[in-house]
Amino acid sequence: MSGAITPVTMPKFGLAMTEGKLADWLIQVGETVSAGQELADIETSKITNGYESPVSGVLRRQVVAAGETLPVGALLGVVADASVADDAIDAFIAEFQANNASADTEASAADAEPSVVAVDGLDIRVKDVGAAEGSQLPVLLIHGFGGDLTSWMLNQSALSHDRRVIAFDLPGHGESSKNVGEGKPSSFAGTVAKLLETLDADKVHVIGHSLGGAISLELARLAPEKVASLSLIAPAGLGPDVNMTFINGFISEDRRKTLEPILQLLVHDKSLISRRMIENIIRFKRLDGATGALRTIADACFPDGKQADNLRATLENYPGPVQVIWGENDEILSSAPAQSLPDKVAVSVLSETGHMPQMEKVSDVNKAISAFLEKND
Amino acid sequence: MSKKSFRQAINEALRLEMRRDPRVILMGEDVAGGRGGTSGVTDAWGGVLGVTKGLQTEFGEDRVFDTPISEASYIGAAAGAAATGLRPVAELMFVDFVGCCLDQIMNQAAKFRYMFGGKARTPLVIRAMYGAGFNAAAQHSQALYPLFTHIPGLKVVIPSSPYEAKGLLIEAIRDDDPVIFLENKVMYDDEEDVPDGSYTIPFGEANLTREGDDVTIVAFGRMVNFANEAADRLEKSGISCTVIDPRTTSPLDTGTILDCVADTGRLVIVDESSPRCNLATDVAALVAEEAFDALKAPIRRVVPPHTPVPFSSTLEALYMPNADKIEAAVKSVMSYRMKEEA
Repeated sequence: MSGAITPVTMPKFGLAMTEGKLADWLIQVGETVSAGQELADIETSKITNGYESPVSGVLRRQVVAAGETLPVGALLGVVADASVADDAIDAFIAEFQANNASADTEASAADAEPSVVAVDGLDIRVKDVGAAEGSQLPVLLIHGFGGDLTSWMLNQSALSHDRRVIAFDLPGHGESSKNVGEGKPSSFAGTVAKLLETLDADKVHVIGHSLGGAISLELARLAPEKVASLSLIAPAGLGPDVNMTFINGFISEDRRKTLEPILQLLVHDKSLISRRMIENIIRFKRLDGATGALRTIADACFPDGKQADNLRATLENYPGPVQVIWGENDEILSSAPAQSLPDKVAVSVLSETGHMPQMEKVSDVNKAISAFLEKND
Repeated sequence: MSKKSFRQAINEALRLEMRRDPRVILMGEDVAGGRGGTSGVTDAWGGVLGVTKGLQTEFGEDRVFDTPISEASYIGAAAGAAATGLRPVAELMFVDFVGCCLDQIMNQAAKFRYMFGGKARTPLVIRAMYGAGFNAAAQHSQALYPLFTHIPGLKVVIPSSPYEAKGLLIEAIRDDDPVIFLENKVMYDDEEDVPDGSYTIPFGEANLTREGDDVTIVAFGRMVNFANEAADRLEKSGISCTVIDPRTTSPLDTGTILDCVADTGRLVIVDESSPRCNLATDVAALVAEEAFDALKAPIRRVVPPHTPVPFSSTLEALYMPNADKIEAAVKSVMSYRMKEEA
């Protein structure tokens, strides 16, 4: 061998072995070892075994002292030819350890993991990130039919740089309990009000998408003191029409091929519907109770293929600030109602945008919402 | 949702179904560990590889019990219990031990529904570990799913990952027919995100783990991981592959296989079971018969040689299909030219 440096790592002797103890080094640093010669004794909960050198060379470093216990794959020592420079050996060890360490820190530096909170006998999955820098009020994000807290993955962290932003899975959705009760916007709003109490969020800016928009309006009616402002993205509840091909297909199609064209109705740029997204929705629908919950909601909200609730009066009566963002090319809930909203409502209709403006026009929507929130804190 | 090992995913599937349905029971050699001993310790082992650990502690000795080392007796007892209304999950430990109890599976459990005019149900699951790659030698390393696939009346499941294992095992326990559930013993520490709640993955629906235009790779169980690895490498050299994980060999999702071959025109099948009369020959026959016109190159099989699984790790590595062999097979079908074109 020439310049090759070979790491010696904790071996995996048994199916269940996850860690082992380096009981003893049998070769000292600087001694020559041949491939197959025992380098060290490794002890597990079951056995002690000799560990044979994978290559011939000189044991240049013992990274680990006898007696230490380490996970499978951890660096124990380094074998290389005597001609390899010490610097190169040190650099190799540093790089090996850095690669292992970065794998650990990447995981811990990832966004806060969602947690599950009990609300009204239901388990609700919540992702609660950020904190106010000054007097900024928290934000509550309410996703739409068939969505979950990841519907906001491109918005939540962007909005949370100076304030608390709470996303959650509605009952029946994501990893929350699949009991949806009546399945109407008003019943969801009751659960959301209790969720806010549980989370000690007295007053929040509410951002609702699609069915979540109708739930936001019901929340503003039910608990106006909790709602600092409303941002409604392609909201339900303002017109009669809804694309039942989408609703029914979303519930019944459970294979990628047949679900893909249904999900493509959500966006103007069809290429945005990725394999991963389709797979995640199929995985959600496989959960016990998921499709039953969706069916209950669809029957309650869209009987006879039309929206059951008209929340226009609620919108007019709500005293706080309201903005509405809609995609011009929305194929699920047509943007027509955006043309006839009360004057107090700030309306933006985005061109070349479907039913998911918060994903399709991320920066436009994030900017519009940030500005609106700042004005209304 | 959190990262769970293949072992944890299976344990969780059993635990959730036992909580949901009091008819679900577990039996097998050392599924708990400690019965009949003098130490007084129970739930000592949880199966030879710890897969059923903790279940006896939660559900008690009436629902999780160690059996004598007599496969014929306890697999027969499980089939009988299923016929009378329980939903037993019997563990055969190594699938190689099926020789001792094949009559109970092949002539009894598999035949009840048919022999009793469709009136008998046999909601039995037999779990067993299979596969080479761990120096467990010739009597503990076989991949015997072709044997079960051959027998009408059995459903045969080979999960390829922790997520797949949990959903397919819950489906197996809720199924009213005998299901053989085969766990690759090298995969127990594999980890991925697995939902905490119950979910089911339907039988007979293949999963496409990669989608490409040039070559279709059909792979079973652990081989799916190798096929994915090969496909990812090939992608970099400009060859795009579809990888099909059939999930179940009986029922087999023939429609998806034929659709994909129609798209790509080339087929490589990866099967770690002995090469004669295995799943690779079965899928090759299907495609030769039903999609001959679509083929641009001969079908290639990546399979071990027709020998017992060697104990020596060097020979075992030589024996096993792997990503390199799959890559080579894909390249060979890509470079194939019909005689008249040559």
